[in-house]
Amino acid sequence: MPEALGTALRLLAEFDPKLVEIVLLSLSVSLSAVGIAALLGFPLGAAIAVGRFPGRRTLIVFLNAFMGLPPVVVGLVVYLLLSRAGPLGPLGILFTPSAMVIAQAVLILPIIAALSRQAIDDAWREYEEQLRSLGAGRASAAMTLLWDTRFSLLTTVLAGFGRAAAEVGAVMIVGGNIDGVTRVMTTTIALETSKGDLPLALGLGVVLIAIVIAVNAAAYLTKELAQRRYG
Amino acid sequence: MSNGAILPLRLHDVSFAAGGRAIIDGISLEIEAGPSTIILGANGAGKSVLMRLMHGLLGASSGRIEWSAPEQPGAPRKQAMVFQRPVLLRRSAQANIAYALKIAGVGEPQRGAQVREALESVGLAHLAHRPARVLSGGEQQRLALARAWALHPEVLFLDEPTASLDPSATREIESVIRAFDAAGTKIVMATHNLGQARRLGDEILFLDQGRLVERAPVGEFFSKPQSAQAAAFIKGELPWT
Repeated sequence: MPEALGTALRLLAEFDPKLVEIVLLSLSVSLSAVGIAALLGFPLGAAIAVGRFPGRRTLIVFLNAFMGLPPVVVGLVVYLLLSRAGPLGPLGILFTPSAMVIAQAVLILPIIAALSRQAIDDAWREYEEQLRSLGAGRASAAMTLLWDTRFSLLTTVLAGFGRAAAEVGAVMIVGGNIDGVTRVMTTTIALETSKGDLPLALGLGVVLIAIVIAVNAAAYLTKELAQRRYG
Repeated sequence: MSNGAILPLRLHDVSFAAGGRAIIDGISLEIEAGPSTIILGANGAGKSVLMRLMHGLLGASSGRIEWSAPEQPGAPRKQAMVFQRPVLLRRSAQANIAYALKIAGVGEPQRGAQVREALESVGLAHLAHRPARVLSGGEQQRLALARAWALHPEVLFLDEPTASLDPSATREIESVIRAFDAAGTKIVMATHNLGQARRLGDEILFLDQGRLVERAPVGEFFSKPQSAQAAAFIKGELPWT
């Protein structure tokens, strides 16, 4: 065990090319997924916060519940959609990083949408009378709220990123954990651990935790700085 | 006033109920251009709700509220409202005013000059670039007044605008309100502050438990109130005993 940790640290210190490749693929998959989920989730969250339509409460309950979607189930559903016989089969992207991006985006879309809905809902309670008094319609109020809650929304993106970077089930199923193509940090850790190759698994584990801490710290500082600056 | 004036405003037997309780109970009145109108009454008398009904933020449960020229949806509003606690956006003071102008459809080239004029009218030109939410309470309220004033509304509703401010900030707000009044904007203000009503008002609408109990010029209202409730309120007696 100490031996494995030592090897792991050496891999890190030497920027082992294999390790670097896996880390970069992980980051690009999860960041793309977060980008897509935010692009869809923010407007969705704002629309549900500001809109009044039948079924709104039910939608909120489902959205909140879907924050806890099991990654393997999401992986399975996306797998079925993308498999040769599935409706999106002709795209031919199963077992590619694109499929992994889609699966993670599906997984974290409810997280980003539900958390931003909550943040925007709170702001709407505070702003509603003022914005209506100024003559803002619901659509323009939603845009205003998205911008005014931008620092809270940063936290929702972060929650999404943390979930995407840490999950293993969805990317394993739709990516296939192919060496050099779709192998990311979590799937590698799972595989190498079962193979008994602990150094690479441990090294990746250290990187994964470091990334999550660094991203959280950056977001926390940004938010605090912004709060002091903008109130 | 300019063509298409929205005043007078007429209320016909307007009521507003929430949770089975009548908050506004059968009020009929007419608000004309000119004298500044103070809505006076104890907490819970219905002042805020009445203003929100007039301003269109709430719909009446029964009765009619008619402006002489109804506002077109999407057109710039000719009425504005300033709330007890100003809600400012997380951007600079001047951007807050520019935002209101943008919603009203004022083109970008014209906004700059109007923003500057509005800030100067409340003495905040030197804080134009400061984030709005870190201004002091009094400055925030003056900014809210500037934002409401930027479009030179025909009617300005003020809902206890100084209730959460200290005396010196209150004096500043009052002098701004007086200036807007002098510039021809119709002031309709709710307050429970008798001194403020006397300083700023031309006429008093006295509300008690959702009813319009008395309407009189300021001097007359304070020297010889017609109703027992108003007399009690002026004397500072508890109106609900």
